Amino acid sequence: MFARGLKRKSSEDAEDADGGVAGLPAAPSYTLQRQSLLDMSLVKLQLCHMLVEPNLCRSVLIANTVRQIQEEMTQDGTWRVVAPQAAGRAPLDRLVSTEILCRSGREQEGEGDCPLPDPAPGQAPRRPQSSPWGLDGSREGRGGFQKSLDHIFETLENKTPGSVEELFSDVDSSYYDLDAVLTGMVGGAPTGPGLPAFAPTAAAPPSSTCRSDLGELEHTVEILVET
Amino acid sequence: CARDRRPGQGQRAGRARQDTRPAARAPGRGEGQAAPAQRGAEKEGAGARSRAGRSPPRPLWSPPRPSPRPAPPLGPGPAAPPLGDVTGQASRRHFESRVACPCRRRRRPCRSCRRHCWRRRESGEAPRVKSTILLTGAGGGNDIQWCFSQVKGAVDDDVAEADIISTVEFNHSGELLATGDKGGRVVIFQQEQENKIQSHSRGEYNVYSTFQSHEPEFDYLKSLEIEEKINKIRWLPQKNAAQFLLSTNDKTIKLWKISERDKRPEGYNLKEEDGRYRDPTTVTTLRVPVFRPMDLMVEASPRRIFANAHTYHINSISINSDYETYLSADDLRINLWHLEITDRSFNIVDIKPANMEELTEVITAAEFHPNSCNTFVYSSSKGTIRLCDMRASALCDRHSKLFEEPEDPSNRSFFSEIISSISDVKFSHSGRYMMTRDYLSVKIWDLNMENRPVETYQVHEYLRSKLCSLYENDCIFDKFECCWNGSDSVVMTGSYNNFFRMFDRNTKRDITLEASRENNKPRTVLKPRKVCASGKRKKDEISVDSLDFNKKILHTAWHPKENIIAVATTNNLYIFQDKVN
Repeated sequence: MFARGLKRKSSEDAEDADGGVAGLPAAPSYTLQRQSLLDMSLVKLQLCHMLVEPNLCRSVLIANTVRQIQEEMTQDGTWRVVAPQAAGRAPLDRLVSTEILCRSGREQEGEGDCPLPDPAPGQAPRRPQSSPWGLDGSREGRGGFQKSLDHIFETLENKTPGSVEELFSDVDSSYYDLDAVLTGMVGGAPTGPGLPAFAPTAAAPPSSTCRSDLGELEHTVEILVET
Repeated sequence: CARDRRPGQGQRAGRARQDTRPAARAPGRGEGQAAPAQRGAEKEGAGARSRAGRSPPRPLWSPPRPSPRPAPPLGPGPAAPPLGDVTGQASRRHFESRVACPCRRRRRPCRSCRRHCWRRRESGEAPRVKSTILLTGAGGGNDIQWCFSQVKGAVDDDVAEADIISTVEFNHSGELLATGDKGGRVVIFQQEQENKIQSHSRGEYNVYSTFQSHEPEFDYLKSLEIEEKINKIRWLPQKNAAQFLLSTNDKTIKLWKISERDKRPEGYNLKEEDGRYRDPTTVTTLRVPVFRPMDLMVEASPRRIFANAHTYHINSISINSDYETYLSADDLRINLWHLEITDRSFNIVDIKPANMEELTEVITAAEFHPNSCNTFVYSSSKGTIRLCDMRASALCDRHSKLFEEPEDPSNRSFFSEIISSISDVKFSHSGRYMMTRDYLSVKIWDLNMENRPVETYQVHEYLRSKLCSLYENDCIFDKFECCWNGSDSVVMTGSYNNFFRMFDRNTKRDITLEASRENNKPRTVLKPRKVCASGKRKKDEISVDSLDFNKKILHTAWHPKENIIAVATTNNLYIFQDKVN
């Protein structure tokens, strides 16, 4: 599917999710390529929201691509399967998680505030993460975002009922923080200035690449809704 | 200014050379003047011009240089003084004698001639235009040879953001060419009257008017800045002495009136010539103000502002064939306006889902049918085109026809949807066909056949293997436009590396040309270019990897009647003509 000429990316140690050169190039396997495409798409979704005003057409196209990848991954059954943890995490290390987003949302779900249509009400409890950021203040600010994020996943869940459960079950850390994304990409450092506390947090939980990415997707797809 | 000197000097030299043409030609064209004397005057005029010093550094879109007048055989015309400000009203004193009546029968625009012309137009008669015959079925045996004619814009590679051209459009007669840029400015070029001596080149385009159409705005509610970039310009057909066009940015559409003024009242009783008011007690006699000729001025004024109707970014405007209404389309909605009414518009298409999270498709372009005033089409990001009939219902969410080509399973990839997104849709002049541009190809659809296009032309198929890289650097989201020639026999679209492509529908031949300053000698025939997809690169071919993806031609326009094309690179406008033998 990726024809000859596809830029080879290693998800193992990509300094730059957009395919910067770093480390040993892995043999391009379809899965890796797809994974890197997913990473790239998610970063794009975030970045385009940083601009003056998001271009709706572009956001929709990228989101559709992400959805397509996710569907395929689910069909393949690779949704749970992950490339080596290190591989998955490397691009994420420097991308600090927006604990606020996911956690606040999930906590809302736990409290029943957020009308997340949970397909599996009895799903595994989420793992709360400690965060230096004040929860309450952040939650208020982001509650709306998370709400819409969850709405977005209504559609995903409709298409792939199983995936949403997986989505929320273990997702926590390694969410992309917008500022950290940029700092990470520029500096290539796992911790952006001002958010050093997240690095260990991000590294701690053994979350899957895919799920982290989807958590990221939550955040980024919210952008669509916001517009 | 140095940067404008090059082509100009070439042209001036060219004219001088043409003055040595055989005398037999001249009498047939002139207005009875003695040919040798006229030619002598031309030469002298040219000489005077080149001797006269250059005016002080000109702004980017430099006002036109003086060109030879059909002067009486007594001395050359005076050298033109430098023109004033470029924005707002451009004074064109030296154009006084060169402004042509639209019907080209007379040099100076005059009331009677204008009335005559428009009467003829309304009655359906074509104005008597001395132009070349429309090439029907161009290419059949005689391929068009495209020659460089002009280039407008800054020479240096450092592109100012505001100068990036965002739209190009000829008016209905082809005499005017409008461009819009990212800085919200509209620059209109006018084709000069064909020089009767030089019959082998059509008139060149020079600046006619420049004005600031849109300003950046700030949306306080969303804390977002609204770009002033002009997304589209559409001309209205000419109905009187003035020209009208619609220009739009992301949120607001404006109707501009561009009018000429060559007379002004003089002799007010209560006002001095400079505008100061006189003390009434000092007035001892009364006089009637009279109109005196003045240097021609072209003024642009906004006549209507259509605002606050679009939540999303406007991507298209299209004037209906009734010339009273027009549509504006943004990502999710299409509105119908009346040109006279600014406080109301009708929503005719709305594809916004109830839950935004279900959004998977947006509107990318829309256009009215050129002949049926109730029919329009809109294209989507999923590669579909919907034709709607406004008579069917007030809200045309249900399409009358859906044009979609089944996907080619062998070419399927994660990028299939992105590259199928249609960036432009244009009806043919006849109204029977429509053309769509997606990322890699141009497709021509017969309105009577919905399940597949009748013709498909690959613009740059060699990019198919590079889609991932193009996705990474965002080039895959570039929105290329396409256009028809006047006879609907050739279509044109842009590509990368400042290449543009033309496809002849009859001969099935295509050509790739480059818009570059390297071939900037007038009447230099452009050399066809070729991109080598893989394997051994032949001489003169360019390999895919050495294409410059920052040099993209997104906007092109074709003169409605002649073989003159306007091609916009990032910040330059190229005009090419076919070689007239």
